[in-house]
Amino acid sequence: MHALELKSVAKTFVMHLQGGLQLPVLRDVSFAADPGQCLALTGPSGAGKSSILKLIYGNYRSDEGHILVRDGEQVVDVAGAQPRQILALRQRALGYVTQFLRAVPRVSALDIVAEPLLTKSVPREDAKKQAAAILRRFNIPERLWSLPPATFSGGEQQRINLARGLLPEHPVLLLDEPTASLDADNRAVVVDIVRERKRRGAAIVAIVHDDEVREAIADIAVDVTQFATAA
Amino acid sequence: MSPAENEKPLLVAEGLGKWYGRRLGCRDVSFELYESEVMAVVGESGSGKTTLLQLLSAQLEPSAGKILYRMRDGAVADLWSLGEAERRFLLRTDWGYVHQDPQLGLRMGVSAGGNIGERLMAVGARNYGAIRGIAADWLGRVEIPQDRIDDMPRTYSGGMRQRLQIARNLVTAPRLIFMDEPTGGLDVSVQARLLDLLRRIVAEMRLAAIVVTHDLAVARLLSNRIMVMKAGEVIEQGLTDQVLDDPHQPYTQLLVSSILPV
Repeated sequence: MHALELKSVAKTFVMHLQGGLQLPVLRDVSFAADPGQCLALTGPSGAGKSSILKLIYGNYRSDEGHILVRDGEQVVDVAGAQPRQILALRQRALGYVTQFLRAVPRVSALDIVAEPLLTKSVPREDAKKQAAAILRRFNIPERLWSLPPATFSGGEQQRINLARGLLPEHPVLLLDEPTASLDADNRAVVVDIVRERKRRGAAIVAIVHDDEVREAIADIAVDVTQFATAA
Repeated sequence: MSPAENEKPLLVAEGLGKWYGRRLGCRDVSFELYESEVMAVVGESGSGKTTLLQLLSAQLEPSAGKILYRMRDGAVADLWSLGEAERRFLLRTDWGYVHQDPQLGLRMGVSAGGNIGERLMAVGARNYGAIRGIAADWLGRVEIPQDRIDDMPRTYSGGMRQRLQIARNLVTAPRLIFMDEPTGGLDVSVQARLLDLLRRIVAEMRLAAIVVTHDLAVARLLSNRIMVMKAGEVIEQGLTDQVLDDPHQPYTQLLVSSILPV
């Protein structure tokens, strides 16, 4: 059974402020990922790679097709699910990591990283311990942990976001350019973590521009230009 | 804890509407709210969002439709088939209502401790020492120095008053809280502190909440669901990030595109 399957997904944006301009982006998107597999979405900028991840995460609403995500014994179709079903799915089974941190004022780096575990009902002390371990792994100096990341450097914020996104072990994981602008050491940390997750059965869909990183983690390339609308 | 599929909604609105004479407040509002869900209601002034909040919290009788609420004993009650006393009891115990203006939600001539204690006494607390202890604890939880317990709210700053109002509402461990522009009229730095506090408390207490706001940033930070209103009607609803990142309706697209980048 697939961990994730897209069947004939289509997406068109309608821009009402531009006189109802129709912007077809994707059509007939179909592919599947099995546990332990990493798919790399490839194609030029603007081909719709990030849009596909957002459709899977339920961030964008698809116009057609099915987006089937396995959650334990059941399968949820994100394309037709109620908000609370999608929220439950994100909590239990579906992770999404971008390179951008949406910082919340006044919340410390450690708490930001631990938060997804807390919503999974991991006890606070345990969650903080795990958060500390992954922050250390991403080479974030301990003196920064108790500070809100709003004032951190771009690279530090990115690593905190990666720590937050990669800490909970979701069976389906979406990665949007996780290594963009990271130095070699931290790129290697991401590669290690992704490989660990694959060994433990996670299905991963990734957008990675860095050839070396893509070689290191991806099993299958999915060329997104085949889903482009003939425009 | 994740919502089980067979879980029952806490609050159900069915075809809710309100007319002020011939003028429309809101109409055809239907939704289900589950425990620990936070729903934002957004829209410009006059879109009907405050009318809706007053209907939902039984302060205003609807002209159409009904509101079902699952009581603590599990029985589902139609709010307007309950007696006036029962509705008021709900609002004082199982619900909270945070006004934009804390003066409307507080008793300005009663000490901070008294403001919190009063709600407790409404649910039967009588031991003075215990009430004072709980009040002091709640002041701490909303980041008000405990040595201000005997001061009147009028000696408090705007942000402190708002936090006191929140403590007063939450002391009875309600299951549902209504908030009308909870950060409106506060300085940005004070707003950020209040939002962080609300976010934390709502998550810790697994509260269900309905938050009326015109500020999409507040909606994004606090809520997981959103409802967009225009001219008294709900024009779009869904997950908060979905509606804000992929708005479908012209008006929602206008709202989202009108956010000033910082």
